[in-house]
Amino acid sequence: MDKQHKAAPNDERQGAGPEARPVLEGPDIARVLTRIAHEIVERAKGADDVVLLGIPTRGVFLARRLADKLEQITERGIPVGSLDITMYRDDLRMHPPRALARTEIPGDGIDGRLVVLVDDVLFSGRTIRAALDALNDIGRPRAVQLAVLVDRGHRELPIRADYVGKNLPTSLRETVKVLLAEEDGRDTVLLGAKPAAPGAHP
Amino acid sequence: MSKTLIRGAKVLGGEPQDVLIDGTTIAEVGRDLSAEGAEVVEADGKVLLPGLVDLHTHLREPGREDSETVLTGTRAAASGGYTNVFAMANTFPVADTAGVVEQVWRLGQESGYCDVQPVGAVTVGLEGAKLAELGAMHESAAGVTVFSDDGKCVHDAVIMRRALEYVKAFGGVVAQHAQEPRLTEGAQMNEGVVSAELGLGGWPAVAEESVVARDVLLAEHVGSRVHICHLSTAGSVEIVRWAKSRGIDVTAEVTPHHLLLTDELVRSYDPVYKVNPPLRTERDVMALREALADGTIDIVATDHAPHPHEDKDCEWAAAAMGMVGLETALSVVQETMVDTGLLDWAGVADRMSFKPAQIGQATGHGRPVSAGEPANLTLVESAYRGQVDPAGFASRSRNTPYEGRELPGRVTHTWLRGKATLVDGKLT
Amino acid sequence: MQRHLISAADLTRDDAVLILDTAEEMARVADRPIKKLPTLRGRTVVNLFFEDSTRTRISFEAAEKRLSADVINFTAKGSSVSKGESLKDTAQTLEAMGVDAVVIRHGASGAPYRLATSGWIDAAVVNAGDGTHQHPTQALLDAFTMRRRLVGRDAGLGKDLEGRRITLVGDILHSRVARSNVDLLHTLGAEVTLVAPPTLLPVGVGSWPCEVSYDLDSTLPKSDAVMLLRVQRERMNAAFFPTEREYSRRYGLDGDRMAKMPDHAVVMHPGPMVRGMEITAEVADSDRCTAVEQVTNGVSIRMAVLYLLLGGNEPAVSHARPTEEK
Repeated sequence: MDKQHKAAPNDERQGAGPEARPVLEGPDIARVLTRIAHEIVERAKGADDVVLLGIPTRGVFLARRLADKLEQITERGIPVGSLDITMYRDDLRMHPPRALARTEIPGDGIDGRLVVLVDDVLFSGRTIRAALDALNDIGRPRAVQLAVLVDRGHRELPIRADYVGKNLPTSLRETVKVLLAEEDGRDTVLLGAKPAAPGAHP
Repeated sequence: MSKTLIRGAKVLGGEPQDVLIDGTTIAEVGRDLSAEGAEVVEADGKVLLPGLVDLHTHLREPGREDSETVLTGTRAAASGGYTNVFAMANTFPVADTAGVVEQVWRLGQESGYCDVQPVGAVTVGLEGAKLAELGAMHESAAGVTVFSDDGKCVHDAVIMRRALEYVKAFGGVVAQHAQEPRLTEGAQMNEGVVSAELGLGGWPAVAEESVVARDVLLAEHVGSRVHICHLSTAGSVEIVRWAKSRGIDVTAEVTPHHLLLTDELVRSYDPVYKVNPPLRTERDVMALREALADGTIDIVATDHAPHPHEDKDCEWAAAAMGMVGLETALSVVQETMVDTGLLDWAGVADRMSFKPAQIGQATGHGRPVSAGEPANLTLVESAYRGQVDPAGFASRSRNTPYEGRELPGRVTHTWLRGKATLVDGKLT
Repeated sequence: MQRHLISAADLTRDDAVLILDTAEEMARVADRPIKKLPTLRGRTVVNLFFEDSTRTRISFEAAEKRLSADVINFTAKGSSVSKGESLKDTAQTLEAMGVDAVVIRHGASGAPYRLATSGWIDAAVVNAGDGTHQHPTQALLDAFTMRRRLVGRDAGLGKDLEGRRITLVGDILHSRVARSNVDLLHTLGAEVTLVAPPTLLPVGVGSWPCEVSYDLDSTLPKSDAVMLLRVQRERMNAAFFPTEREYSRRYGLDGDRMAKMPDHAVVMHPGPMVRGMEITAEVADSDRCTAVEQVTNGVSIRMAVLYLLLGGNEPAVSHARPTEEK
């Protein structure tokens, strides 16, 4: 599960527990986002038809930051929006329903465009699978790419990221927590140990 | 017939005494009576009452034998300490002819558990339009003295007046189910705060009180006596109190459930609390208890109304009205009147035996516990407390609002003319 | 925690706001080319309607289908119910077919409560209107409409209706919509005033968390929203009021009366409207009347309720009232 319980305050503490150590700090995050922006421009040949869609919560902030950087590079406005995947999750039956986040598709839509999905952590790949399903109900992009800040491995589906901020080999007993200034007051990525809760699973 | 010695019973709650039953009558009451030749019932700490008399019972036979029969109903009565019950007339066919009342009366005699005194309908088919043959029912073997359209109100003032006048010829009494029909169209529960919230049709107190007021005035005008069934509101109490103070010949009854339960229970939408008249408010309950204590209300009557499970296992509006009561009546009265200090056991004997027998002119019932009287007796273990378990009921129906509720007191023995119908809580 | 939505009174302020916020997201689905979400795929919902109400049934059905639930429609008319089958048997029969939720409309007050609490079935129960008791999804869609109009579509997110003055006019006595609205609006912090002739107010209304007035004209200038309730013409025959003309003269909303309302105030109606009785055509067709909007919002609210009750392994909605012991 990529980002199952981010909204719950509990997990905040789990992720940033006493043993958690930073693997990326604020300046690192800024640097990798700049790199990803350049890679997008390069691979998308100028990023003329790029639409950035962040996956709530933190993917949305990352998408906005990426859009700013792309605009600096291309000196054009880059459409940016959000794509809530809650209703498309494959694990809905395993938890109480959660509050929905906003899906905001930029004005011109996504038909025929290059959609870059933006998320903070790539893990099992199930979130991205849900995001692809959600996109399918919204329109028909020319192509879909994926940008993530951290790829921690342990894929459960045949999904890969096109742009990766940092590859972070982890054990399933570890947690990866991305904190962003917009939501958490500071920028950092923390690697911690999962509390030995019975029944806990990745 | 054999002798039975009831040893050490608190007769009407007084000092322990022995009571010797010989055959069908009480032979002797006193201390340290000889047990020679007698079966001894140790009654240490128990209360001995005259056999209870219920002026208001629905035995359902003929017509609704799926809910109760005269046999099962009289067994329930014996379990509850009753030796005489008045069977209401709203059967199928209605007890509005000599033939039907005699049938019910005979069935009661055959049962052997409790005397059954049929109540005759006031009007043909309980329709409120035409007087039934009241005289013929009185002259029948059943000797009907109480007439009631219970379940329905004799709402037509002229018919009520005529009935009140007519029964004077043979000393009968009309027992009125006071419910103004127009004010209670679609009524589902007491009208008030709870009904407003639950969206259930209201049965306003005024629908009872207006009829009670009219009928006591009619009784005064024609010089008859009138009995009010299941009085349920504080306002009705005030009217009856006023009528009695004027010398009007009115008597009134209250049910055990109206002494204990309120309309707050309806919030569960569980039709086990659906009854007519409906459960009222706390204020009404307190007024009814006080009135029973001070004699404004003369008697407790059960309005035992058995219904099969399916008639209650449904939505509120579709459910039948009524509760069984014979087997819990004394416990509820102990809980609400005795244990609260409002009434002593002599008072209970008065409200549940002497007075109802008087009102219904039941011969041989409601007599003092003294030598020479018929041995209709009830022995109560008043110190007992336990949960009501409908599975143990003798009634064919289980629609009790008290399931799982802890209540005091249990009847351990009942004697009908010297014959034990209940021994150690078990029917014979 | 209950798994049912029986009464608006069962909802806490946070539950209600969560439902409204969720509905706001659901509403956006309607703007998409594919108006469907896979969320309740594989779940079966039965619309068990013992009372005719095409509007409500269609609204629930649309909500269920947009969430990809399998939908069974059951109307009592012509079914075994009209041949004397009981509510219990009907519900058990449906559950035996593998139903996850029962959306029930019933003429008897308390029927959904009985269904949810009597141990007859395990499925979640959603009250779609029972007798003169409750109609909680109607109250929710009304509150949703008010929040959108009075607070704002995005500005309203996370907010309640604190301090908004809502007036309900008409047949309060027979109205489950009024009961549900009084409960929910009170929970959401609104100030509610009921306006009706005394005959159409229940005895006991004094204990409700709202004001009561017999005079519409004096209430209008102090109202942010005025909700008109349908007044059935048959009520006239039971002497609740003398004539249709007299009713509409005293309690009907026409253009002149609407002009007394503050400029921002809206006119609401749960439908179906009796034009010429409680509302004139002029008011019904004006921009300030939200009747059509309420219908649209009804689908979003019902989607939100179904998602929050059935979307997970347990309901997201907690209840103010503790489960009563049987």
